[in-house]
Amino acid sequence: MRKNLNVIAAYSIMMGLIILVGIFQSWNIALSIFNLCLISAVMTMGANIQWGYAGLINFGIMGFTALGGLAAVLISVNPVQEAWSAGGTNILLSLFFIIGIVLAIRFVLKRYQKSKIRNYVIAAIIISGIIIVRFVSEPGIEAIEEVNPAKTGFLGGLGLPIIFSWIAGAFFAGGLAFVIGKVALGLRADYLAIATLLISEIVIAIIKHEDWLTRGVKNVIGLKRPAPYEVNLQETEWFINLVEKFNSGKLALISDLSERQEALNQFVIEGSSVFVKLCYSGLFLIVVIILLILTQKALYSPWGRMMRAIRDNEEAANAMGKNVVKQHLLIFVLGSAIVGIAGAMLVTQDGLFTPGSYRPLRYTFLIWVMVIVGGSGNNFGAILGGFVVWFLWIEAAPIGLYLVNLTTAGLEDTHFLKVHLIESVPYFRFLMMGIGLLLIMRYRPKGILPEKIEIK
Amino acid sequence: MDFLNALILLLNYIFVPALAYGSQLAIGAIFVTLIYGILRFANFATGDMMSFGTMVAILFTWYFQSIGLSLGFLPTALLAIPFAILFMGLYMLIIDKFVFKYYRLNKSPPVQLAMVSIGVMFVTQAVVRIIIGPSDRRFFDGEKFLIRASEFKEMTGLNEGLAIKSTQVITIVVTIILVSTLFWFLNKTKTGKSMRAYSDNEDLALLSGIDPKKIVIITWMIAAILATIGGVLYGLDKSFKPFTYFNNMLPIFAAAIVGGIGNPFGAFLGGYVIAFSEILLTYAYKKFFMYVLPESMEPDGLIQLLSTDYKFAVSFSILVIVLLYRPSGIFKGKIL
Repeated sequence: MRKNLNVIAAYSIMMGLIILVGIFQSWNIALSIFNLCLISAVMTMGANIQWGYAGLINFGIMGFTALGGLAAVLISVNPVQEAWSAGGTNILLSLFFIIGIVLAIRFVLKRYQKSKIRNYVIAAIIISGIIIVRFVSEPGIEAIEEVNPAKTGFLGGLGLPIIFSWIAGAFFAGGLAFVIGKVALGLRADYLAIATLLISEIVIAIIKHEDWLTRGVKNVIGLKRPAPYEVNLQETEWFINLVEKFNSGKLALISDLSERQEALNQFVIEGSSVFVKLCYSGLFLIVVIILLILTQKALYSPWGRMMRAIRDNEEAANAMGKNVVKQHLLIFVLGSAIVGIAGAMLVTQDGLFTPGSYRPLRYTFLIWVMVIVGGSGNNFGAILGGFVVWFLWIEAAPIGLYLVNLTTAGLEDTHFLKVHLIESVPYFRFLMMGIGLLLIMRYRPKGILPEKIEIK
Repeated sequence: MDFLNALILLLNYIFVPALAYGSQLAIGAIFVTLIYGILRFANFATGDMMSFGTMVAILFTWYFQSIGLSLGFLPTALLAIPFAILFMGLYMLIIDKFVFKYYRLNKSPPVQLAMVSIGVMFVTQAVVRIIIGPSDRRFFDGEKFLIRASEFKEMTGLNEGLAIKSTQVITIVVTIILVSTLFWFLNKTKTGKSMRAYSDNEDLALLSGIDPKKIVIITWMIAAILATIGGVLYGLDKSFKPFTYFNNMLPIFAAAIVGGIGNPFGAFLGGYVIAFSEILLTYAYKKFFMYVLPESMEPDGLIQLLSTDYKFAVSFSILVIVLLYRPSGIFKGKIL
C-alpha cells in the first residue's frame, strides 16, 4: 500500500479537480472533460507501450487516430446501395488490382536477388499498376460521388453497431503500423520520428481527399450511438422518475405546481445529457481498465522484461538471441492498435467524423506531452498524464483569463493591452503545455509517476 | 509557335513558382540541417521559429509604414529583416541559454533534445499567437509584378502569358546571395571551418582548441538569419499565418532529409527536389499537350498525375522512398 501512495495521491488529486469543475462550472463540462481524459489515456497507453516499453518514437499518432475514426464510419454507417451499384464493381476491381500489385512485388522481391534490375522492375510494376488502377477506379469514383452528394456521395459502411468499430479500428491502425514498421523501423530514433510524422500526414491527406470512401472534408455526421439519445430519454418514464427522486429536495422547495413542473423539465434536460455522458464514461472506463490490466500484465511478464532489455541495450539483447527487429515490429503494431481503438472511441463519442480536424499538434504532439509529463514506461503514469494534460488543455483558457485579469487589474477595461490579452486567452494553453513540458523534462525527466520496476 | 507557347506555359505554371517555393524550402532545410549537424538534434520548432522571425519583421514593417518609410517599388519588409534577425537571434540565444544548453552540457541523447524542441515549439507558437494573433496577414507592399501576363503577351505576340511576381524574383535573388555567402563562410573562413570540424567530430574539434561556446552562438546566429529570411520570403510570396508556418516544417524536414541531413548543400538542393516534384506531379498538363500534340490527338482529361490535394503527400512519399533506398540522403549526409 505504502509503495503506491504517490499513485493514489496523484489520482485522488486529479479526480478532486474534475469534481471541483463539476461543482463550480457544471457536471456536463466535468463529464465531457472526464470522457476525453479517458480517451486520451487510451492514446497515451498506446504511445507509452511504444516509447516507454521499447523506446520507439511514434510521431504518427494522428494517423492511427484518424484510421480508428475511419473504422467507426466504415463499420457503423448504413451501406449506400445506389453508390454500390453505381461504382462498386470498379472499386472492387481496383482493390483486386492493388492486391495483385502487392503480390507481384512480393514475388519479385522473394524470387530474385537484390540488383538494380530488380529495383527497376518493381518501379515499373508500381507505376503501371497505379495507372491501371486509376483508369479502372476513376469512373467508379465519379459515379459514387455523384450519388446524392449533399447527403451521401460515398460508399457507406457495413451498418453494424458502432462498438464493433473499436476492434476494427485497432485492426486498421495495426495494419498500417505493420506496413510502416516494415518500412521505417530500421531507422534511428529521430529519423523514425520524422518519418512517422510525415507518413501520418499522408494518411490524413488520403482520408481528406478520397471522398468516395470517407466523404472527405464534407464530414460524416449523425453516426450511431452505443448510448441512448437525449431526446428519447427525456420522454422515458423511469428516467423522469429517477431525476425527480434525485432532485426531490430542490423540487420540494417550489410550491407552485406549474413552476415545479417547469423546474423538473429543466432537470430532466440537464440530467439526460449527463446520463448519456455517464454511459460513455462507463464504456470508456471498461476499455481503459481492460487495457490497463493487459498492459500491466505484459509489463511484468517475461516479454515485458525482454522489451526493456531491448530498450536499454539493443546489442546485448540481440546477442542474447532476442529478435530485436521482430519485437520492435510487434510492439509498434500493438501500440498503434491501441491508438486506433482510441480514435474509434473519439469518433463514437462525438458522433461525427471530421477529417479536417486531425492536426498534428492536437493528436500527435499533445499526446506526447501527456506521455512525457505522466511518466514514460509506467502505465499509471501515462494515464495520469492523459488526465492532467487534457484537464489543463481545457481549463487553460479560464485559468489564463483569471491570470490576465489579475495582472492587468490596474488597467482600464478598454486599455488596448488588456483587450488584446483577453482576446488571446485561448492561446495560453500552448504556452502552458510548452512550459509544462520544458519544466518536467528539466526537473523531473521521468515524469510525474516515474517508471518503477520491481522483480517479483 | 505552339512549341514556344507550351514552353512559356511550363515556365509560368511550373518552373518559376517551383523555383521560388524551392528557394523558400531550401533556406528552411539549411536551417534544419545546420541545427542537426552542429547542435545534433532534430528541431521540431523549425516552422514556429520561422514564424517568430516573420512576426517581428511584420511588426517592424508596420512601424516603418506608419512613419512613412518605404523602399519604393521593393517591399518595406526587406528593410525590416535586419531588425527582425536581431530579435530572432536574441530569442534563440535566450532559448538556448534556458533550455537547450542544459541538455547539451549533459550530453543528453538527441531524442531528448528533440522532445525539448517540441516544448519550445509550443511556447513559440503561443508567443506568436498571443502577440500577433492566428489570422492570415499580408504584409507585401510595393510593385506586385515584374512582368504581367498581358504585357508579356503584347511584347511577344504569344498566346500564353508569362507573369513574374516581384516576390518570386526577390526570393530567388535573396536566396542566391544568402546561400552563396553561407557556403563561402562555411568553406573559406576560419570560423566556418571550425564549425564544420565541430560538426564532424566534437572531441577532435575540442582538442584542436575550438571553443564550443562560440560555435554554438554562431550557429544560432546563422540559424536566426536563415529562419527570419526564409520566413519573410515565404510570407511575402504567399501570406503569413502561424498555422501554415507550423505545417511548412514538414516539407522542410523532407527536403533536409532527402538532401542528406547535416549536409547544407544537400539541403539546398533537397528544397528544389521537393518543390519541383510537388508541382510537376500535381500540375494538369492538358493545355501543354494541346499545344504540343496535333489536334487529333488532343487529350480528354486533365492529364494530371495526382490531384493538387496530394501536394504535401508527394513530398512525403519521396522522403519515404529515399529513406528506404538511401537513408543517408541523396548527397551523403550523416548516416542515422
